[in-house]
Amino acid sequence: MRRWPVLAFVAWAALLFWAALGLFARGFLLTRLELPQRSACRPGPPPWPGPGPAPPPAAASAPGGCWLPRRFARAVLVLIDALRFDFARWEPEAAAAAGPGPGRPFANRLPTLRRLLAARPRQARLYRFRADPPTTTLQRLKGLATGSLPTFVDAGSNFASHAVREDNLLRQLADNGKRVVFMGDDTWDGLFPEAFSQSYFFPSFNVKDLHTVDEGILQHLYPTVDGGEWELLIAHFLGVDHCGHKHGPDHPEMAKKLSQMDAMLRSLVDHLANDTLLLVAGDHGMTSTGDHGGESEDEVNAALFVYSKAPLFQDLPPQEPETVPQVNLVPTLALLLGVPIPYSNIGEVMADLFAVEGDAASSVLAQLAAYSVNAWQVNRFLHSYSLAAQDLSEEKLLRLQDQFSAIMEEYKQFLAQAGPPALPELQRLRSRFSRYLREARAVCAESWARFHPACMVAGCALLASSCLLCWVASQVASAWGFSYRHLLLYPLLWGVAGAALLGLAHLWGWAGVDFILLASWAAAASQCGFFWHCWARRSWRPRSTGPRSSSGAAGLRQRLWARAGPALPLSLLCVRCGAMLSDSFVMAEAQVVAFLLVSLVLLLVLRLHWEGRLEDSPFSWQLLGLLGGILACVRLSGLFRQCREETPHCRSSPVLAPLSSLQDPQTKNFYYMLCLAVLVGLAWGVRCWLRHYGNLNSPSPPVLFVRWGFPLLAICIGGYWAITSGAEEALVQAHPWVQLALVAFPQSVFVLVIAGLLLVLWDPVTVFVKDSREAAATGGPILLPSSQEELQQVIPQLYRRMQESLKSRLGETKAGSRATVAAYGLGSVYSAALLIPLALLGFLFMVLHTERLSLAFLLLFLEAFAWLWVHSWAGALASQADPFTVPWEALIGWALAAAQFFYATGHQPVFPAIHWNAAFVGFQQGHGANLIPALLVGANTFASHILFAAGCPLLLLWPFVCEMAGCQSRTPKSETDDGEEQLMEMRLREAPDKFSLALLQLGLKYLSVLGVQMLACVLAAMILRRHLMVWKVFAPKFVFETLGFVVSSIFLLLGIGLVMRVDCAVSLWFKQVILAQPR
Amino acid sequence: MRHTEIKRLLSVNVVCIASIILTTLVPSLFLENFSVLGTHLIWLCICSASVGTGNVILYLIFKPNPSMRRNSIAHKVAKFIRCCVYFFVSCILFHGIIVLYGAPLIESILETFLFAVLLSTFTTLHCLCVLGPNFQAWLRVFSKNGAMSIWDNNLQITTMCSVVGAWLGAFPIPLDWDRPWQVWPISCSLGATFGYVAGLLIAPLWIYWNRKQLTYKSR
Repeated sequence: MRRWPVLAFVAWAALLFWAALGLFARGFLLTRLELPQRSACRPGPPPWPGPGPAPPPAAASAPGGCWLPRRFARAVLVLIDALRFDFARWEPEAAAAAGPGPGRPFANRLPTLRRLLAARPRQARLYRFRADPPTTTLQRLKGLATGSLPTFVDAGSNFASHAVREDNLLRQLADNGKRVVFMGDDTWDGLFPEAFSQSYFFPSFNVKDLHTVDEGILQHLYPTVDGGEWELLIAHFLGVDHCGHKHGPDHPEMAKKLSQMDAMLRSLVDHLANDTLLLVAGDHGMTSTGDHGGESEDEVNAALFVYSKAPLFQDLPPQEPETVPQVNLVPTLALLLGVPIPYSNIGEVMADLFAVEGDAASSVLAQLAAYSVNAWQVNRFLHSYSLAAQDLSEEKLLRLQDQFSAIMEEYKQFLAQAGPPALPELQRLRSRFSRYLREARAVCAESWARFHPACMVAGCALLASSCLLCWVASQVASAWGFSYRHLLLYPLLWGVAGAALLGLAHLWGWAGVDFILLASWAAAASQCGFFWHCWARRSWRPRSTGPRSSSGAAGLRQRLWARAGPALPLSLLCVRCGAMLSDSFVMAEAQVVAFLLVSLVLLLVLRLHWEGRLEDSPFSWQLLGLLGGILACVRLSGLFRQCREETPHCRSSPVLAPLSSLQDPQTKNFYYMLCLAVLVGLAWGVRCWLRHYGNLNSPSPPVLFVRWGFPLLAICIGGYWAITSGAEEALVQAHPWVQLALVAFPQSVFVLVIAGLLLVLWDPVTVFVKDSREAAATGGPILLPSSQEELQQVIPQLYRRMQESLKSRLGETKAGSRATVAAYGLGSVYSAALLIPLALLGFLFMVLHTERLSLAFLLLFLEAFAWLWVHSWAGALASQADPFTVPWEALIGWALAAAQFFYATGHQPVFPAIHWNAAFVGFQQGHGANLIPALLVGANTFASHILFAAGCPLLLLWPFVCEMAGCQSRTPKSETDDGEEQLMEMRLREAPDKFSLALLQLGLKYLSVLGVQMLACVLAAMILRRHLMVWKVFAPKFVFETLGFVVSSIFLLLGIGLVMRVDCAVSLWFKQVILAQPR
Repeated sequence: MRHTEIKRLLSVNVVCIASIILTTLVPSLFLENFSVLGTHLIWLCICSASVGTGNVILYLIFKPNPSMRRNSIAHKVAKFIRCCVYFFVSCILFHGIIVLYGAPLIESILETFLFAVLLSTFTTLHCLCVLGPNFQAWLRVFSKNGAMSIWDNNLQITTMCSVVGAWLGAFPIPLDWDRPWQVWPISCSLGATFGYVAGLLIAPLWIYWNRKQLTYKSR
């Protein structure tokens, strides 16, 4: 059998898809060009020429300031992560009703702010601080430092922070000789390396840890403030955010945390000097469940509190706090501290803070000075950006430019005037400045939501042709005469040639090339090669269809009807693809997929009935039972769904919460017992299956592992769940051994799973050989006498023919010798080797999910099992079907089930729904590197994709395994010459070429089913890229679907590779058996 | 003979369609605030009842498959009771299948059940009228080459159309259009009704066009 070409072909097909997806993602996932320029003090804003009292009050050479005279010598920025606006706001009703006690735990917990606001209205003010989505901390920090808008691509790299290369506030301060001291979240260390004169970083990744960062800051905060060795002090508190992640906002813990913050602010205010500005800000809010990252009102509304000991504001605060975009903080702070505004800033200065004492006109004039500097800087940035990148719209830029010149002209005229200008005109000019800056910001925001249509279209086309390639190749593979040389090797050479051509062009400087472009170029070239060779070798195709066309015109209708049968399941796939084009259907995809899966199963069974195959068949009742089983599994799995934030009336399943959140000990015990039963059930089920088919007799390591390792795994997981669900937090803190167990149990699960996988890979043959003469002599006590009857019925299988053929191949001519080797479990050797790793992966995924989701995994295994039986019986009932080809409907059902259980294990394709807790299973203290948590979270998210993709070869193997059940009932017209021999999977070995082609076909078909869904998703993202919901629904869906596809194709390859490995080992095993025979 | 048979079938179907149209129009004369969407449950009851009685009366008159057995009173009563049991079981079965398709299990159970009754009226009651309470005959009719008269073909087509209509009716439910007919189970029952009506219309036409190809075995 040819192993490597098959694997190489499937891998090549997967690579084609990946290249296409990469190309599309390059065009779709927005990026923004980062400009390398920096603002500097010296070529600052030009002094305004013309007559009159020329330079504005803000002279470029002002003492202690660069572009404007500085107004504060120092500033303290207290960043309280996830400080939502209503955390900071004083709610009089809540205070009047019940005091801070029983109401919402977070309400009115910051009385210091309220006291300052009420007592000193000219020194303190509260703002609604509006964050730009995505509201993840990393993006917000970048925005708060550079004054620019983060783009979608950044959203993925939250935990792998990269240094900010753009001009930013911290760098400006450092360049101008100001000292910046930082304490808190260590994300800043990655973002701004060496920007601080002094820093105290604390680890931020462990979201369960509420106190380390805050306590650390409090230790250093007051000594540093009093020391005075700084111009800007940043303290980034994480406790509120972590408390939200761990408990949600409505938890007494949140009240404690906010009270701690209040105490900190109270004493901080006492430590401040007169020339110091205090800013208290939240970088984003949080939802009612404590998550953030999206763009709901609760997430984008943070609080900003400004205070200084010297009077700051000239007018009294408005009734309702003003709304300020977060980027506005950057130019404001820069000018207040007297440093240049960062080059790429698109924020607008906060005018309130630039008012001066005296009459209103001079106040507005001072504000105008700040505005003019700000507008000049934004205009300069837009100009350089439009030179460097073409994504800003030409026409809009021109309009902005005109607007800018007009305003500046008017401003100069005002300055040139002798007397003080009228106040209303000044105010009108101020609002014009403000409007210009707002429009510039809007233009940028819109353009950084701009795509590369050429890349997207090319990616779509490449994806579509990859699907076509998989389909054509799978059709060709079922015909005889598949040539790897023509269909794999030559296209690969074409691809290499194409890539080399482009590479040469790059070397000679004709074309700019990056990796994705090169890969997609190679993919396109190799596809051309494939289709070319297919076309050249098409001669076999008319021959195969030749005899059928002779039936005449009357047969046309019948043929049409015959086509309609297989087309119906495909139309269900089309419905699924069509459903991806509507945001409502994407949001309701969990229900859509379950609905289609139920339809598919019913359709299959009804079709069997319609064709009259169910009549007087002994399976019909069993088939109906299995049908009911699948339907029940699908319906029950709907109880484990999580809700998206867009569907407010939907309630997430209570089963998703960890057991520790249950209050009633009785229900807790009940659920715990249920989870234990699931564990035992899975281990016992796999064991039973192996015993039934005789694979449990062998002394080989994997079998021993099934016997002893599985119970051990179940014990470890049960123990882990017992601790996580039962123990109180205090108990965990108190007893070091509990903490040890909390780490040791899951880690031993990981080790056991890895050991089991390696064992299966090392020796996958689970066959027990028994010499019959020896057995006759010793009386032959068969292992496991409890199931002896079963064993006698099923086993021993005398695999005579294969042996004889091997013998003759080895040159033995002793035809007379009766074969005397009984091999237990030979007929299911491939499936057994595949089932053991699947069960191991199942255990691994259970430990990564919350306890009660193990029920969903049990449903997953049951449904897959029932589906395999339905598929193989349907194949057995359709008499003319080729056992070596897996029909499309089986694969479509398999792919639908994979998608269904993605949702049924509590996932949704949105970022806030990711189960981040999975990263801490077995690693309570957090991680040093990012690889392990990424793997754990990935395994948690794509568990169902992984299981179904790796189990895909079972669809081919299962009909052979259950052949013996079918043999007795099937009309004895085929394979009667084999007599009573049950070859089962050894039939596959008898035709090694067909076997390898069948595996190839299976892999390609599954890839094309997944690829068609992927294509629909990509098309939806491309067509609806201006849709209101694109960043909320379609883009996350695309990202999740892409990752799911990549993971699926990798595990599909691994599954096929494992079957190949078993085949290799079985060949070796046969040789050993033959050699061991007495001659 | 074929032509007269098809005409009879057509007239039966037209009467069925007329009864459905009447159920949407007539009750508003007697009931205040009646509308198909607003008081959907009442409409479901009225529609099921009128289509059911209409079907029973029509098929009693036309008798497509006259039974050859004895016609004693006791036999008739037994047959009637069996019909009722079959109908009830089919309602329960449909309810179960609808729930398996994703309908809520406990809330709006009345809506789901009435929808199941409507579907049973369109499918099972039709079968009972044509074939009688004979499950084997049902299985035979719903298989390839199982139809033995144009009435059987009619049965196949209308049943399939009603079920497919109900299936398609589920599609608009997740859309965010906020229309009154997207509420469960209005779109599905409307889909089933439209499917049934379409089936009643299509069946005679299809039989008429394919009358050359249709050859029925005698039973």
